[in-house]
Amino acid sequence: MAKTVVLKRKPLTLSERTYLPQVVTGLKTTFTNMFKPKVTLQYPEEKPLIPKNYRGVPTLVKDPNGREKCVSCQLCEFVCPPKAIRITPGSVPEEEPNREHVEKAPQEFEINMLRCIYCGYCQEVCPEEAIFLQDQYSLSGYSRDEMVNNKQKLYQLGGTLPDRHYKWDKKKDAEIEGNSH
Amino acid sequence: MIDFLPQNIWLSVGLKVLFALMMVGAVMTMAGYSVLAERKVSAWMQGRVGPNRTVLPFIEYIPILGPLLKKLGIFQPLADGLKFLFKEEIVPGHVNKLYYYLAPLVALVPALTTMTVLPFGQFYWPDGTVTTLALADLEVGILFVFAVSSLGVYGIALAGWSSNNKYSFLGGIRSSAQMISYELAMGLSLLPVFLWVSVPGASQSGLSLSGIANFQEGNAWLFLVQPISALVFLIALFAETNRLPFDMPESETDLVGGFHTEYGSFKFGIFFVAEYAHIVIGSALFTLLFLGGWHFLPFMDDPWPANFIGSLMGVVWFLAKTIFLIFFFIWIRWTLPRFRYDQVMHIGWTKLLPIALANLIFYIFIVSLIDQGIIS
Repeated sequence: MAKTVVLKRKPLTLSERTYLPQVVTGLKTTFTNMFKPKVTLQYPEEKPLIPKNYRGVPTLVKDPNGREKCVSCQLCEFVCPPKAIRITPGSVPEEEPNREHVEKAPQEFEINMLRCIYCGYCQEVCPEEAIFLQDQYSLSGYSRDEMVNNKQKLYQLGGTLPDRHYKWDKKKDAEIEGNSH
Repeated sequence: MIDFLPQNIWLSVGLKVLFALMMVGAVMTMAGYSVLAERKVSAWMQGRVGPNRTVLPFIEYIPILGPLLKKLGIFQPLADGLKFLFKEEIVPGHVNKLYYYLAPLVALVPALTTMTVLPFGQFYWPDGTVTTLALADLEVGILFVFAVSSLGVYGIALAGWSSNNKYSFLGGIRSSAQMISYELAMGLSLLPVFLWVSVPGASQSGLSLSGIANFQEGNAWLFLVQPISALVFLIALFAETNRLPFDMPESETDLVGGFHTEYGSFKFGIFFVAEYAHIVIGSALFTLLFLGGWHFLPFMDDPWPANFIGSLMGVVWFLAKTIFLIFFFIWIRWTLPRFRYDQVMHIGWTKLLPIALANLIFYIFIVSLIDQGIIS
């Protein structure tokens, strides 16, 4: 156990006991502070710089070919701690030939932003890299219904992100080559 | 000021009322703008910007000047005042209604009454006579100020008591204790000043505010002659105006809002204005007593001519000193931490009072030695 040492303090001098020199020092400090640059961000006009990996509003993204990536596996719905996500699974529309190897697509995808806690589990769990928490941080609405982001809104917020895998293209190529699985 | 008023009684009374309204207007405007100054200075000292959004319609579009005024928050006091006016008027059910409504008025009236005897300049007539600019230049001005300004504590004590709330009550009690403790030191610190000013053969009474200010013309300012008196008076002034570091009645940190916990809307606004009016008047008082009033610099004669322009410049110079002191009040507030209640009492009774007494005795000796021609 560490020994405690009581430090001996010098007795205060007379000028220190009046506190006046210290007060003057304090006044100097505050006065010089008046002329230093201000740290205030004039918010609506100036916006803060959003760092990478910021966890903003969860959004759905498309790959650079404009295809939706979500296959409605519902893992995000399952993992979502506050149960903010609700997915209605559906099939891929027939009229989109370049998505023929995709198995499913969400018919409806809703994220209730009144429940969402921005934990990012949905992004972490997504096997298709289809859901991302991006740099949006300010959202507001007049009713509860307005605060539920539907599929259209989610794609509008998400936009397109670069894709490193093109998973479904590879599957298609593999099938044409004849060595799928 | 009586001597130049017209003979017609109605005209003369009307003029007096007009002057009084102008004085109230000036002091209230200064109080309003010291609220703005407080917000701005505190912001600057803390690395913030302060109020910079309020602007009247169309003024914003004046090039250069409009945005500058907006940035300085010049219109903020207007918005603050309107806010107090239009807020919902809430009276808690447990208060004593009569005294609850009376308290803000009792707090404001003394603050506004002291300004009547406050001289703020001199008017040089073309024929060479000099009139002191004041609503009433009393021979015993300073006594009047002391007598009336200490009544302000009744407002605070009454507010604390009538609110029927423990926090308010504690605030009121503390306030009265603080006021009584510092009143003594304040009065004692000024006695040497009166001794010093009342030289044998003086034309004006040593208790007259304008007399004290004029005594310092071309002479040493009194804070140079009596630094201890000035210091004790300044500290007591901080306590009397309930400013930090002596914000006992309010004590936001431990008493919610102190005496005005139960007050809202315009009633709170009145307390607020009264507090700042006290600061404005206190600053003016300190300027008159220790900083030479409207006279230029210590040991120098007034550089301005003895005519209309000169009178105006004297008033402006007096205002400049007062505004600097208001700034000093704000500056101190955002520099020093507040005292605990027992520390306030300790400083008041065991430090300031003995210092003021010793100072008085010291100057009694000095003045009597000067009177007997032993030192000069």
